[in-house]
Amino acid sequence: MSVSTEAAAHGHEVHDHPEYMRHQFDDMEQQNDAANLGMWLFLLTEVMFFGGFFLGYSIYRSEYYDSFVIGSQNLDVFLGGLNTVALITSSVTMAFAVRAAQLGKKNHILIFLVLTLILGLVFMVNKYIEYSHKLHDGLIPGYNFLWTGLGDGQSIQLFYSFYFCMTGTHGLHVLIGLVLIVWLLIRVWQDKFTTEYYAPIENFGLYWHFVDLVWIFLFPLLYLIGGLAV
Amino acid sequence: MSTIAQQGAAEHRMPRDHFLNAAYTIKSWLLTMDHKRVGLLYLFSISFFFLIGGTFASLIRLELATPEADLMEADQYNVAFSMHGIVMIFFFLIPSIPAVFGNFIMPLMIGAKDVAFPKLNLMSWYLFIFGGTFGVLTTLLGGVDTGWTFYTPFSSTYSNSNVILAGMAAFIAGFSSILTGLNFMVTIHKMRAPGITWFKMPLFVWGMYATSLIMVLGTPVIAITLALMMVERGLQIGIFDPALGGDPVLFQHLFWFYSHPAVYIMILPGMGVISEVIAAFSRKRIFGYDFIAMSSVSIAVLGFFVWGHHLFVSGQSIYAGMVFSFITMLVAVPSAIKVFNWMATIYRGSVSYDAPMLYALGFIGLFSVGGLTGVFLAIMGLDIHMHDTYFVVAHFHYVMVGGAVTAFMAALHFWWPKISGRMYPEGWSRLAAFLIFAGFNMTFFPQFIVGYLGMPRRYHVYPEEWQLLNIMSSAGATVLAVAFIVPVIYLLWSLKNGKIAGPNPWRATGLEWILSSPPPEHNFPTTPIVEEEPYDYGEIIENPVHRDEEEKEHEHA
Repeated sequence: MSVSTEAAAHGHEVHDHPEYMRHQFDDMEQQNDAANLGMWLFLLTEVMFFGGFFLGYSIYRSEYYDSFVIGSQNLDVFLGGLNTVALITSSVTMAFAVRAAQLGKKNHILIFLVLTLILGLVFMVNKYIEYSHKLHDGLIPGYNFLWTGLGDGQSIQLFYSFYFCMTGTHGLHVLIGLVLIVWLLIRVWQDKFTTEYYAPIENFGLYWHFVDLVWIFLFPLLYLIGGLAV
Repeated sequence: MSTIAQQGAAEHRMPRDHFLNAAYTIKSWLLTMDHKRVGLLYLFSISFFFLIGGTFASLIRLELATPEADLMEADQYNVAFSMHGIVMIFFFLIPSIPAVFGNFIMPLMIGAKDVAFPKLNLMSWYLFIFGGTFGVLTTLLGGVDTGWTFYTPFSSTYSNSNVILAGMAAFIAGFSSILTGLNFMVTIHKMRAPGITWFKMPLFVWGMYATSLIMVLGTPVIAITLALMMVERGLQIGIFDPALGGDPVLFQHLFWFYSHPAVYIMILPGMGVISEVIAAFSRKRIFGYDFIAMSSVSIAVLGFFVWGHHLFVSGQSIYAGMVFSFITMLVAVPSAIKVFNWMATIYRGSVSYDAPMLYALGFIGLFSVGGLTGVFLAIMGLDIHMHDTYFVVAHFHYVMVGGAVTAFMAALHFWWPKISGRMYPEGWSRLAAFLIFAGFNMTFFPQFIVGYLGMPRRYHVYPEEWQLLNIMSSAGATVLAVAFIVPVIYLLWSLKNGKIAGPNPWRATGLEWILSSPPPEHNFPTTPIVEEEPYDYGEIIENPVHRDEEEKEHEHA
């Protein structure tokens, strides 16, 4: 086996690295590719994670369809719809932020990240209102669940278990996203990013779109079973 | 028997600077970004957990030496086998080869300066330790008695032990595994040195890639499963409890969707190690490189479609059972491809019997027994008889201890000179390898028989006529316990007193062997370019002197 330890033919100057380039990489292209692939793989693990919820949901929905309809029609479609609009819009502003990062327009990045942050906050506030209504109505499974209406209370509780587990886990992802946006804002403010190095913004964008996408599945599956009942 | 280590006549000196003497502070270890140091952190931590898991195993074998309950009551016995399983699987076997040797060796093999995300790598170790803390806490507070499988509704409703703590331990350790797998996949995709194409990677790297694939795709599912189980236990909502409208079989499906592929997380890295060792000690190019590489990937993929063979008697549809049975038997094909290719590599090779090779040969035999008995169990009719008997226990210990742990020992001895810079004592290491092989077979072979006769697993008492077989098993376990202590002693001894190894004591191919032992802190001063195929032993055999000189030049440089 003949192995030469000379620098690769396409190699770069070994000692002339920008501050943001990590020592284990040969060039920025390699670093950015690695970061992107890492984020996509992470999202794959998230898909598998939420997949467990969706599997359980599908099985119990087919087993207790009537209860799922009743449970679903007790959810606030207006607030849920509003949240859908808020998250989809925030995906647009996030996409603009990534574009601004590509073009190196600091002010635009800041504006669009702040807009994304605000829309995310709107989502969380709505979620808080919805959750406190449920708490007030005695619909928290395992805590104060008391079903007085028509239907089988036990399987309706199962619906609410899935509702809270799924939207709760999703909400946690939104919350983590909001913290990351604040972190990104600080980094942008400090001029840490350049047109060559903006992978954190780009990859956060992927994460944010994923969180949005999960909600796009959750909304009809949880709020719209059996059609709209207004 | 000749050994390569005895042939090596040249005197070597330790390199002046290497990753171990780069810094000595505790901080330099606990905040390290060096994949080699992270690998060693894992080595210490999993050794600790191996000791805990081994202690529980000893308690089990002590209790089973007699048919009556003398050492433990039923409840205590439940705790002993549950903790043995949880600790050994989640805190030893799953991280063992990937987290130690995957971290230490894999980046060297592909000519990288580090893994793609060094910080994330360190974080994986901290998550492992965090999860491990929960595991230790569970043990100290009286353990858990659900078995390592956490089956509902027992775990979620009826058990009075520390289910949530133990669940948290596995849950958190799972994230460590996910991040390690992610890191390795990105590293293998993006960090290979020029010239190392996919089909020029050492087979250990292929094994790591297949393993990482399972870690990334499977582990999130066990995370959500355990989370739902803990939520159900905390809040008494009926996701898995039939009394509350839930479905316990759903838990089993979700659990085994991860936990069957997880056994391939344990064995695939081992197979990678064996491919390296067999080629190095047969002085031959590995036979059927492409087939060994692809069989790793196909085991990983097929592994995701066989989980239903754990549910043959759980009320699963018989048609689903037939499909699962068929796919399970298909796994034997890539496994056999590996075994035949290893044999073909040894055939007419110039074989030397150093300790790593002894372990590798042991692996081939033990894994074959474990794998073939797995085919028995894949047959639905037979499984109804064997289900939950000691036959199953013996089967998976042949794969996990006979396979994975033996491969871990092979890897430890093969790369010990690279890690520490020193050789271990040859005689003692071979004695330990023999003892492990003998003790292992004595422990687990009787369990095939007693299981076939119908002894169920997870009971602390049994009818008197099975005592002889159980005493054989317990006696074997004693030999095994001693055999695992011997390497600890001589490996620690060798750190100070071992002969200095030099860069390539085995005269093996592969990028890790061109570096000094121990390797420099940043691995390769400049990115290497590889032109040759892997396992090109022809050149070394024809001209071994030339290679030694090359090494010396490298040392001076």
